[in-house]
Amino acid sequence: MEKFTRHTGNAVALLHDNINTDQIIPSREMKRVSKQGLADGLFANLRYTDSASGGRTADPDFPLNQAHADNASILLSAANFGCGSSREHAVWALQEYGFKVIAATSFGSIFYDNCIANGLLPVVLDGTQIDALNTGKPITVDLHQRTIGNSGRQFGFSLDASKQQLLLSGMSAIDVTLEYTGDINTFIARDKTLRPWVYSHQFIESTDNEHNT
Amino acid sequence: MTEHAATTLFDKLRQSHQIRQFDDGSSLLLIDRVMLHERTGTIALSNLIDDKRPIVNPQSVFCTIDHIADTTPGRPQLSRMPGGEVFIDAMRLQARALKLHFFDIDDPRQGIVHVIAPEQGIALPGITLVCPDSHTCTLGALGTLAWGIGSTDCEHALATQTLRIKALKQMRITLTGTASDWLTAKDIIIHLIALHSAAYAVGHVIEFAGPVVGAMDIEQRLTLCNMAVEIGAFTAVIAPDAKTLQYVENRPFGPSASTWPSARDHWLALRTGPLATFDSEVSLDVSSLAPAVTWGTSPEHAIPVDHAVPPPRMVDGQKDHSQINALTYMGLSPGQHLTDLVIDTAFIGSCTNSRLSDLRRAAEILRGGKVADGVRAICIPGSTQVKHQAEAEGLDTIFKKAGFQWGESGCSMCFFAGGEGFGEKARVISSTNRNFEGRQGPETRTHIASPETVAWSAINGRISDLRHCPYPGSR
Ligand code: SF4
Repeated sequence: MEKFTRHTGNAVALLHDNINTDQIIPSREMKRVSKQGLADGLFANLRYTDSASGGRTADPDFPLNQAHADNASILLSAANFGCGSSREHAVWALQEYGFKVIAATSFGSIFYDNCIANGLLPVVLDGTQIDALNTGKPITVDLHQRTIGNSGRQFGFSLDASKQQLLLSGMSAIDVTLEYTGDINTFIARDKTLRPWVYSHQFIESTDNEHNT
Repeated sequence: MTEHAATTLFDKLRQSHQIRQFDDGSSLLLIDRVMLHERTGTIALSNLIDDKRPIVNPQSVFCTIDHIADTTPGRPQLSRMPGGEVFIDAMRLQARALKLHFFDIDDPRQGIVHVIAPEQGIALPGITLVCPDSHTCTLGALGTLAWGIGSTDCEHALATQTLRIKALKQMRITLTGTASDWLTAKDIIIHLIALHSAAYAVGHVIEFAGPVVGAMDIEQRLTLCNMAVEIGAFTAVIAPDAKTLQYVENRPFGPSASTWPSARDHWLALRTGPLATFDSEVSLDVSSLAPAVTWGTSPEHAIPVDHAVPPPRMVDGQKDHSQINALTYMGLSPGQHLTDLVIDTAFIGSCTNSRLSDLRRAAEILRGGKVADGVRAICIPGSTQVKHQAEAEGLDTIFKKAGFQWGESGCSMCFFAGGEGFGEKARVISSTNRNFEGRQGPETRTHIASPETVAWSAINGRISDLRHCPYPGSR
């Protein structure tokens, strides 16, 4: 994962509540067992007038298609951004398109964690702060200080210390956790005596069938 | 009073899995079971393989094929999604190579991941279970601490048998009053979301409690918890009781006979103590609730079935833009009555409402009746086992005689994956959980309701008030 420390970029606003991950990346746009090649399908139903039939005709009314959104790397939104399906493709598509920061008044819980897992910074602000940032001027985000702002208007935001650390270091969360392997193994050894019923199920080999793959 | 008396059900579940707690309030939890499906699970597995990270405990991992499996009768194709075979093939290869439990398309244990987890005894009270799918919260109905995660967190769970969760707030929703016999868990949860908003419980674990929950059978509780994510919750839980124990006993992957007594003792202690407090308490008297149906494109856009579509709500002196969009998308104007809306399609299925009891209740409504002319009606059992049980009871015959298509188990048209959809501007009454724009097909207009309301509407050819149905048995 790439480190995140400080970022300055242009913002684009989609100020609706409840923008869901089906909207961010429709299911039919997830064509491969891969994180790549998703930017083209980002917001496909909203961005293109004919995406359902595979078309790519830009809808001029959609903010991402407007001149001011060129090179936008910060997305401003409203309540419950990224609600719905757990598909991490929503985050991968936003990142591949070029977004580094999403600021919203609240986030879908799985989406929020998916952002952290990939180094896309989710920033929770209130509605007036979002409006104050939505001026067309470049926005700067500083993760060390946990601040976001543009020329004069600066707001602090909160983020769990462990999440901030993970993003700043660019480390994989798996590697961080593997440092506790000793604790984990001790816990499991004790747990097997406390909750033997969790470990008593049978392992049944998958039925062998003729599907040759 | 002991500390126990002040502890919530969620705290007990968390504490019994907590390997470490960190300064910022987050906890590293042991993960007892991981479930995977072909659509998102394959990505987690292929990344793990690429990174050469082993799965610590393959015996705790269960895979199925549900999302894009063909569900038309006899499964003439492999996948309903154009090009979807790659996901199915990847799941098969990976599950075999990594020696995971695997229920292939033709396995009698196959089905929608959240339907087979309780059915096979994979989800149990007092365990943690994660799956890269947002409706994993369904399983909280058994007293399982279960939640949906992304693919990267899934890799973490597979590679370390743990996950870190942040400090969460707790909300208790107490359901009181007397439920009419046509009122379902689906109606109750839709009402709750409409009453409070789709973002109401963001950052919270919900505990559903109260006499109405106690009176529900386990399958209704699964429906109730299924839509916890649609009210924004991290997940939901319900304390296990005698019904839960009865439901769980003798399931294939449940505790062995010798460990059953210790499991039972553990489970019966999983209750919120009388002195415990919640960050918020909500209660709802269900006595006067009507059947609920959505009118818009978020589950919060819902009203009693006999009500008129509301005008857009005002936000800061302006009409709520998302509600205006929703009205346009759905082809509706404020003041229109839902019961005047002619439907094109009726769909019964999904992890919300496709278990045996759902199909039984819908079949009671359809018995001897006929789907209205011009309405396409589809029933997709939630698992192969549900399908076989329903067929053994003759439910398939009732559905087919009424004019329903009777399919193979899977997620089916709960979501559009490319390929077959319901059609542009088609109006669908659906027992699923999401009415998002495009969810069931490009420009498809989805109204969410209980399977009973779907069945009754199919007969009438328009969205219909279940209270006018000459109810069960009287036909
Ligand atoms: S039935 Fe629908 S909501 Fe449930 S897991 Fe499948 S796609 Fe998701």
